[in-house]
Amino acid sequence: MSTARVLPETAAVYWRPRLDAARLRRRGRGWTLSTLAHTIPFLATAALLMALEPLSFPVAAIAVVHAWGIPALYANRGANVVRPRPRADCGPERTALGLLGDLLGHEARELHARTGLAPERGRLGVWLVGEAGALLVRPGGRRVDCWCVKVDGDLPSADRTAHLLLALREDEEGFATVANLAFSGAVWRLRRRLPPAMRPALQTARACA
Amino acid sequence: MARLIRMDQTGHTTLAEWTAGDAAATEDAVAAFRAQLDAGYYAVVSTGEGHADQVGELPMDAELVILRRPIAGG
Repeated sequence: MSTARVLPETAAVYWRPRLDAARLRRRGRGWTLSTLAHTIPFLATAALLMALEPLSFPVAAIAVVHAWGIPALYANRGANVVRPRPRADCGPERTALGLLGDLLGHEARELHARTGLAPERGRLGVWLVGEAGALLVRPGGRRVDCWCVKVDGDLPSADRTAHLLLALREDEEGFATVANLAFSGAVWRLRRRLPPAMRPALQTARACA
Repeated sequence: MARLIRMDQTGHTTLAEWTAGDAAATEDAVAAFRAQLDAGYYAVVSTGEGHADQVGELPMDAELVILRRPIAGG
């Protein structure tokens, strides 16, 4: 990917430090700590209740459900960034798909046709670009970051994807700086929340990362 | 033949086409290019798989120049 020029959209988020691999790792660790901070108190409460009074089982069970549910809600928020939006008319959609197909290689085009996500290898990991966001599978394939990023206006879905793909190719770190991080965590956690049709794309990105 | 296209609600619209020796077509393409940049579009040239460069002047030797809108965090 080219880094010759900085993505101009980064000027709109001048207060954000430019994201790089080290910052991304730190943010990932922050997400993990935050997940633990949400989970451990509920699990500890459940354990304490059971130790003090086994008859408090229903309340302990509610605490465990909270411990499970809060990270699941975050993962769901992450999956939402790539959920398909309503489609435009067939004609514009077909035209836009033709242009997007020209930008992608054969395998990427085929994966996009099957899953709606366009794969793109970058320095930070393997990206899966959707029409209103992108997933970044980090090297090693265990962690995924979900980025919410969009283009305004009434555009066919393939054009939305092409907009994001071109911006990503212009400046990967700038792209991640502009986008909002909706979730960072284990791939398995996100996979369960993705629409089934998109899961093979995540599997492919994981294998390539 | 080189093309200047804009991604829009129709899929994309071809705004100009030119060849190296055609001065009038080139002039029209440059004018269309500048008008779109003034309207807030960014111009991008795909430079192979995984690479794209933003351009501020119409590259005469490019086969395809794509105009895109700004992106923003959702």
